[in-house]
Amino acid sequence: MPVLRMRGIIKRFPGVLANDRVDLDLFAGEVLALLGENGAGKSTLMNVLIGLYRPDAGEIRVQGRPVEIHSPRDASGLGIGMVHQNFKLVSTMTVAQNVILGLQELPFVPNMAEVAARISELSDRYNMEVDPQAYIWQLSVGEQQRVEILKLIYRGAGILILDEPTAVLTPQEAEELGQVLKVMQSEGKSMIFITHKMGEVMAFSNRVCVLRQGQLVAAKRTVETNPRELARLMVGRDVLFRLDKEPMTPGTVVLELRDVHAVNDKGLPALRGLSLTVRQGEILGIAGVAGNGQRELAEVITGLREINEGSVLINSRDLTNCSPLAVINSGVSHIPADRIGVGIVGDMQVADNIAMKGYRKSPMAKHGLLNRQRIIDFARAMIDVFQIATPTPQTYVKFLSGGNIQKTILAREIDACASLLVAVYPSRGLDVGATEAVRQRLIEQRDAGRAVLLISEDLEELISVADRITVLYEGRSMGFFPATEAEVETLGLMMAGAQNEALATVGREASDAVGPDALARPS
Amino acid sequence: MGVLALLTSIITITLRAGTSLIYGTIGETYTERSGVLNLGVEGMMLSGAVAAFATAYYSDSVWLGLLAAAAMGVLLASIHAFLTVSMRARQVVSGLSITLFGTGLASFLGERLGPESNNYNLVGMVGPKFSPIEIPLLSDIPILGAFFKQDILTYFLFILVPAAWYYLYKTRNGLNLRAVGENPQTADAMGIDVIRTRYIYTILGGALVGLGGAHLSLAYAPGWTENITGGRGWIVIALVIFAMWNPARAVLGAMLFGGINAVQFRLQAGGTTIPSAYLNMLPYVMTILVLVAMTWWETLSHLVGAPAALGQPYMREEK
Amino acid sequence: MNLILRKRESVSRRAAILVPLISFAVSLLFGALLLAVSGANPFVTYAAMLQGAVGSAYGLSEVLVKTIPLILTGLAVSLAFRMRFWNIGAEGQLTMGAVAAAGMALFWSQGLPDWTILPLSILAGCVAGALWAGIPAVLKATLKVDETLTTLMMNYVAILYSEHLYYIAWRAEGYNSGTERITEVAWLARFAGRAHTGLFFGLILAVALWAVFRYTRWGFELKIIGSNPTAARYLGISIARNIVVTLLISGAISGLAGAVEVLGLSHRLQQGISVGYGYTAIIIAWMAQLNPLGVVFVAFLMASLLVGGDQIQMKMRLPASVGVVLQGMLLIPMLAGSLFREFALELRRPGEEVAQAKPVEVA
Repeated sequence: MPVLRMRGIIKRFPGVLANDRVDLDLFAGEVLALLGENGAGKSTLMNVLIGLYRPDAGEIRVQGRPVEIHSPRDASGLGIGMVHQNFKLVSTMTVAQNVILGLQELPFVPNMAEVAARISELSDRYNMEVDPQAYIWQLSVGEQQRVEILKLIYRGAGILILDEPTAVLTPQEAEELGQVLKVMQSEGKSMIFITHKMGEVMAFSNRVCVLRQGQLVAAKRTVETNPRELARLMVGRDVLFRLDKEPMTPGTVVLELRDVHAVNDKGLPALRGLSLTVRQGEILGIAGVAGNGQRELAEVITGLREINEGSVLINSRDLTNCSPLAVINSGVSHIPADRIGVGIVGDMQVADNIAMKGYRKSPMAKHGLLNRQRIIDFARAMIDVFQIATPTPQTYVKFLSGGNIQKTILAREIDACASLLVAVYPSRGLDVGATEAVRQRLIEQRDAGRAVLLISEDLEELISVADRITVLYEGRSMGFFPATEAEVETLGLMMAGAQNEALATVGREASDAVGPDALARPS
Repeated sequence: MGVLALLTSIITITLRAGTSLIYGTIGETYTERSGVLNLGVEGMMLSGAVAAFATAYYSDSVWLGLLAAAAMGVLLASIHAFLTVSMRARQVVSGLSITLFGTGLASFLGERLGPESNNYNLVGMVGPKFSPIEIPLLSDIPILGAFFKQDILTYFLFILVPAAWYYLYKTRNGLNLRAVGENPQTADAMGIDVIRTRYIYTILGGALVGLGGAHLSLAYAPGWTENITGGRGWIVIALVIFAMWNPARAVLGAMLFGGINAVQFRLQAGGTTIPSAYLNMLPYVMTILVLVAMTWWETLSHLVGAPAALGQPYMREEK
Repeated sequence: MNLILRKRESVSRRAAILVPLISFAVSLLFGALLLAVSGANPFVTYAAMLQGAVGSAYGLSEVLVKTIPLILTGLAVSLAFRMRFWNIGAEGQLTMGAVAAAGMALFWSQGLPDWTILPLSILAGCVAGALWAGIPAVLKATLKVDETLTTLMMNYVAILYSEHLYYIAWRAEGYNSGTERITEVAWLARFAGRAHTGLFFGLILAVALWAVFRYTRWGFELKIIGSNPTAARYLGISIARNIVVTLLISGAISGLAGAVEVLGLSHRLQQGISVGYGYTAIIIAWMAQLNPLGVVFVAFLMASLLVGGDQIQMKMRLPASVGVVLQGMLLIPMLAGSLFREFALELRRPGEEVAQAKPVEVA
């Protein structure tokens, strides 16, 4: 009998069916991998289990008994706990303090010696070295993750959910985690881990469930399947719609990255020696699951993040670590991933937002003075061309729908773009119409001779819009392919880190993985 | 005066002067530990002082006066809590409004609550007060004896300060409180009610600040005068930072800030040429230096624990 | 049943107008209660305040006297607040401005032609205020030190320093406190009672700032930084540089306020050069929603409350503090109410979920 049984889980959000009648079984002492791309519904499903979301339909049974989980507290009471990607730890407190934080049954004056002893005992038993008296800020990310796991075990969790656990770990630490999972298994704990990485699935799990677009497409025992099959299940084998594009002959190199190394906000390596080029009149698509360095890539190009090693050249000028303004002045435009938080200023007018690139020069400004009439005229023109649905140009942009906000950003950035356009997840969360519009614009820019770098999680988009594609995995490129030759299955394998298997599908060896600039055809 | 006697008298005065500061600092420390900055301390202290004196005057009971002061502090702090925690107004602006309001209210009450015979003014009236109680034998010890020549409110501090320290660092509630100020998202995720915590400690802090005001009008400078606080409320805010949000260190800071005042007269008499103003400025400059040091040295700020979420409103549904 | 707040789909115009009006009414109500409880007739009192403040030429001129520093500091503070830089050091910046202006007029302009002394004193005041704000600004821009607390601390240093000057170092012979009178050539002209030409500085600056925000590139950039600093970075705007420049100007304006108080009103450096104008300025700036023209209006309102209070103290022997209480009360309902411009109150059954946007990505 499974310790956990979820049946028919349905969860809707405005505009999207995140979980579509999903079933999931978890047996005692097993490790279950939940595999899928972003947006497949893995996180939603787990958030339902942990009590952060209420399902619209479906049933959950723990140990055979039907239960209702309304909050993380309820889940905790049932022995279900989750280790999130963003750790819930107070960095200025010790391990022991974090472990007991918010615990109900604690005496008024907790006996910290007892707590420390119990933590030590648990950490020994589960092979997780952790010093109860250490402060969180002193610990490495891997050690912090152990604290999160210990927190759950300390509170008697029998079912542990881990969200992309190795996303923040070094390979060494990932291996150690694998050992810990084994020990926990032997102690009778059951685990679900959410992942998009094939290596983990094959190495750590007993069974794997694959979700795609909200539906459960497969539940198999790991030994009875292989990466190829899983990749195919993960990304699907749909007939792809390829847009009509004029063939272009790419011109001179506009953007060049040479062996770029950079770290993310937490100080962990995000880009590990990435090289690529983009030419005039071509669109380079960057595939990959978010979190493999995409954001950092865009920031490194636009001058918003420091490069530790390597260089960035734009129009043959070395702009490594230059200010964002210098990059903008080189004709680079950026459509950011976080359109509301970063791409617009919500409390200002649509017209103002559209003017935020061009306001430094005439005709919008002269001698430091803004010409408001010109700004409004320009905005009206852009609203017309880009079909932005807004009551007036003076409406505050935060009141526009997501699609229209994106169009506002597009209008601004495309008008200002002189050489390179960096678009990060440009059609994420948009309806069909808006998505079409965005893709059209990107192709237009390419036809007009600009270089476009398109970072997207949507394989269909990449294959239909881009000229060349590469997959970003753990901060490295997995090889470059012409879009016409890219197979969804191949890309899926690469996105999951299974490079060898991927290359094998197109008859290549790892040793002849194509270089950054090649438009190579298979020999 | 012999040197020992001089020192003893300096410490005695410093303790008396510092008592209201310590009450206020402990209160504001707890408030800020929950992530709420309350700049209304000056107004709360003044209102507390007038409430205490007026109540004591008419009821002839210092204890009722204390109660009134605490109640006044609770009232004003509740407004601040409501505005900043529930209505998510800017903490700085709300706090300053409370100061303005509290100051005005205190003046108003001072000019209207008095007896008819004095034109309704409380100024100049004499009411019950807390007198110093010298503890026999102990108060004769040189230097340390200063600690035993105080009034009962100061004696209560001997219990309150260690208790405040203990509560914050050793109990479950204190742990939860510190988490709320450091990282409300985490605290929320761990099941702690951030909103409730902020309300409780802001109001509690207000009560203590009110008591600080009571000490002024019922013990230190008995009676009521306009501006009886002399800016102490602002000193409290500096003290909290200076003590690095640690109630025990508040005592040291209060002695320092309060003591400089007491000392400077002696120094003048001794013929030094350092203008007293510069001495008075020193604590504020040092506070700025402490702020810079804390922000600059990551390690230091980890150890010192300025509540990381101080000043930010908390909203859970930020998706 | 839970009462929750739901974000609105568009700014409620109704709320934007109603909230300040209702707040004013609420404060008047509370003030009336206070008066009634303490045995005074609210209507009579309010009428007297009104009469005292704006009912006579003398009253009006006194209101203008107080309006001058309030406009200037209100503008200074609103400028800084536009960038979300919580400058609560206007009090200290004003004080240092007064100090520098007095110093220039009294001591440092020996041997210079008479006609230069006034401009130089004003300039000195602006520079001193600018420097006083510049220090916390640089600390914030380079070391990220919290500006609320540093600007506050700088206030005490300034106040203590100025006390030292007019009680000791610069004290004139025969006075208990205060410096010598400043030479008449450095006086700002008065045009109505004690109201002096400093007022025009305030009015001109208000219009200038309004124009800056609406018509200049710099004002545009400030708006962006204040609204969304991350977006500002993405657009290539330098935040650190702007913080420092803006604060220097903000400090200079507060310094100007101090300078004109000395040069136009008291004609010496003395006790009472500022009675909390710097703090009232924050209330004014917030009430005016950081709009320069609004600041003028609100400053006038606040000054009227203060003068009205003074008047009823003299005529009716009621506490002048009524004016201060009203002043303090004014903002409180406004702070509570401003939330409703962006959010609407709704009743919801427990368990019913708020319509959520697409969930945030896992990675």
